[in-house]
Amino acid sequence: MKLEVGYIQIRDIQFGETPMVKDGTLYVNAGELEALVLEDEYLAAVSFDIARPGESVRISPVKDVIEPRAKVEGSGDIFPGVISKVDTVGSGKTHVLRGAAVVTVGKIVGFQEGIIDMTGLGAQYTPFSKTVNLVANFTPKDGLSAHEYEAAARKAGLKIAYALGKLGVDMRPDDTKVYEFESLVEGLKKYPDLPRVGYVQMLQSQGLLHDTYVYGVDMKQSITTMLSPTEIMDGAIISGNCVSACDKNTTYHHQNNPVIEDLFSEHGKTLNFTAMIITNENVYLADKIRSSDWTAKLVDQLDLDGVIISQEGFGNPDTDLIMNCKKTEATGTKTVIITNEYAGRDGTSQSLADADPSADALVTGGNSNQVVTLPKLDKVIGTLEYTEKIAGGFAGNTDAQGSITVEIQAITGATNELGFNLLSAR
Amino acid sequence: MSTFKVVHYINQFYAGVGGEEHADYKPELRDGPVGPGAAFTAAFGDKAKIIKTIVCGDSYFNENPDEAKKTLIDMIRDCGADLFIAGPAFNAGRYGVACGTICAAVSEQLGIPVLTGMFEENPGAEMFKDKLHIIATGSSATGMRTAVPKMAALGLKLAAGESVGASIEEGYLPGGARVNFFEKERGSKRAVDMLLKKLAGAPFVTEYPMPDFDRVAPNPAVLDITKATVALVTSGGIVPKGNPDRIESSSASRYGEYDITGVNDLTAETYETAHGGYDPVYANQDADRVLPVDIMRAFEKEGKIGKLYNKFYTTVGNGTSTKSSKHFAKEFAKKLKDDNVQVVILTST
Repeated sequence: MKLEVGYIQIRDIQFGETPMVKDGTLYVNAGELEALVLEDEYLAAVSFDIARPGESVRISPVKDVIEPRAKVEGSGDIFPGVISKVDTVGSGKTHVLRGAAVVTVGKIVGFQEGIIDMTGLGAQYTPFSKTVNLVANFTPKDGLSAHEYEAAARKAGLKIAYALGKLGVDMRPDDTKVYEFESLVEGLKKYPDLPRVGYVQMLQSQGLLHDTYVYGVDMKQSITTMLSPTEIMDGAIISGNCVSACDKNTTYHHQNNPVIEDLFSEHGKTLNFTAMIITNENVYLADKIRSSDWTAKLVDQLDLDGVIISQEGFGNPDTDLIMNCKKTEATGTKTVIITNEYAGRDGTSQSLADADPSADALVTGGNSNQVVTLPKLDKVIGTLEYTEKIAGGFAGNTDAQGSITVEIQAITGATNELGFNLLSAR
Repeated sequence: MSTFKVVHYINQFYAGVGGEEHADYKPELRDGPVGPGAAFTAAFGDKAKIIKTIVCGDSYFNENPDEAKKTLIDMIRDCGADLFIAGPAFNAGRYGVACGTICAAVSEQLGIPVLTGMFEENPGAEMFKDKLHIIATGSSATGMRTAVPKMAALGLKLAAGESVGASIEEGYLPGGARVNFFEKERGSKRAVDMLLKKLAGAPFVTEYPMPDFDRVAPNPAVLDITKATVALVTSGGIVPKGNPDRIESSSASRYGEYDITGVNDLTAETYETAHGGYDPVYANQDADRVLPVDIMRAFEKEGKIGKLYNKFYTTVGNGTSTKSSKHFAKEFAKKLKDDNVQVVILTST
């Protein structure tokens, strides 16, 4: 599969009558977007706000972050099986409004939504302090259950991003990249001497608001499977989960999976990026055994020399991570895992909930229990009502000056396990 | 800016007293820098000053540890030091153990920031690296030139009470607290680079060496559960409605102990979950789904178990460090044992 990705650089977002991209500014019509969101009978209201890098703005509680993209050529459309009809994506041409993001907020769903600060200490820990964000603040109808509200908010965010992405279809990109993912035989012929490397991406699927969807399929109902990494760039995987903000892979993270990008940049040079495997993180032991067995089986049958395994979430999924690692290493495949740590606020606890000597090559996204004090910012988009209750908060964590003290697990994307950030720990 | 006052500990060899034949040299307090103290003085500039140097023989210290510690602590107590530095000891085993021991004692008893330096294979490093900052040095005194600037830089931070960076940034031996820092490359790139090295059979350094995992062997089966007192313990966050002890939704700093005498059923009006790691709707509708008091009461009535213990222990497992969990369990396990509870059903979510 071959996908050409064209990047249209967005430097600002403004409200305007006519939605368009002009000279690096994305103009959005809030009224039109409101009408689009309120097509959903579960949402009572929505308001829009713009948050720019460096502004004294705090966004919370953040549910998802999405990058506007649109299909220009090739089969299918962005977010297949969810927003667009089911059709294979990942080839042809896709345009990206680079530098812009849709951020969804609103009344809390399940304690695990995050904080994005656009300036100050908090901004250092979230990648979304560097994007210009269109923030959609939802009000659900009364009497909705948490999962109904989550589903409505999730879909509304995707719809907004989809609509914005369309504005870039006819534009000339500022920059273009081509990602070519060969078939097994083609790759082998082209790069006979390079190590054959796979990427195993573990998708959060613990259920009860911890779900990920692939072409619209709830991943906890799937066994371990394969796809082309270019499909993921077209929105084949979307986030539907409220796992702790720091290590939740937002839809934006999936669209811009850094392991995929960094494997592609070595593809044909030092390695042959051969396989993209996705597996789940279910809570039942039988599921964990089955899924990790299938991971190792695929890795073995594909005769891979090496794999990178990335995790999502922590605690319970540490078991899946270690099972996957142990079993792929046992097939003789060199394995590197990417995770993060819960080493306690003082950093002296054991960092993972499971361990094995075969996990001898580990990359960490840092200790999520690290405590930071975030200064009061001038403007809040959303609400700070849940600051004590969100994962990483605690009773009495707002001082008289309005500063809030939290573990960095409350910051969206802070200790991401796709290796999205520079943060690490020793 | 004030100049920090430093007390420096060295052995008889570095003080120029002599080698092994003088290793029984008794503790001696001297004014100003001695031996390697000169290098520290140069590295500190005007920011810190060695006011006193303690010289002690390695054999004397290791053969009379209690007496040596006491004498040294008494000497250091009155110096008014802002920082205590020992060594560096490189790969000298007894010197390393002495440096580690006296640093730990000074930190504990006098509350003064401490620092030492050693080669990673020095036995003192293994003994103290999880308790102290030990700058990693070469194996011999030829490493002095590189060790002193690192020790001086970290020493100044410690004296000033500034936060200390990660081991890889400051140059101390890892083993104690995990510290966050920003790398030069993002994680995915580091993973690809690590994999390429692993594939090539080249040396690579993992960012988190696997711990010796604490696996608990199950106890032998209970012979007669119909006579046993059974307790319920959960990490699923079930608490009386309103979460009276305000147990955190993630990274819990505490656990709750709640009396369930006369409680036959947990209802939406009486109990809820504090756990932030899953959709709480079903647990809040009926907390028995996580903490099965209703079933246990039925079993109690039918004689399937002896009795249900009249308290339950609860915390939130979500994002809570294993160290905290261990600490909670240690406390309440003792209470359960003292109350002759024979069976604990541990429910998680």
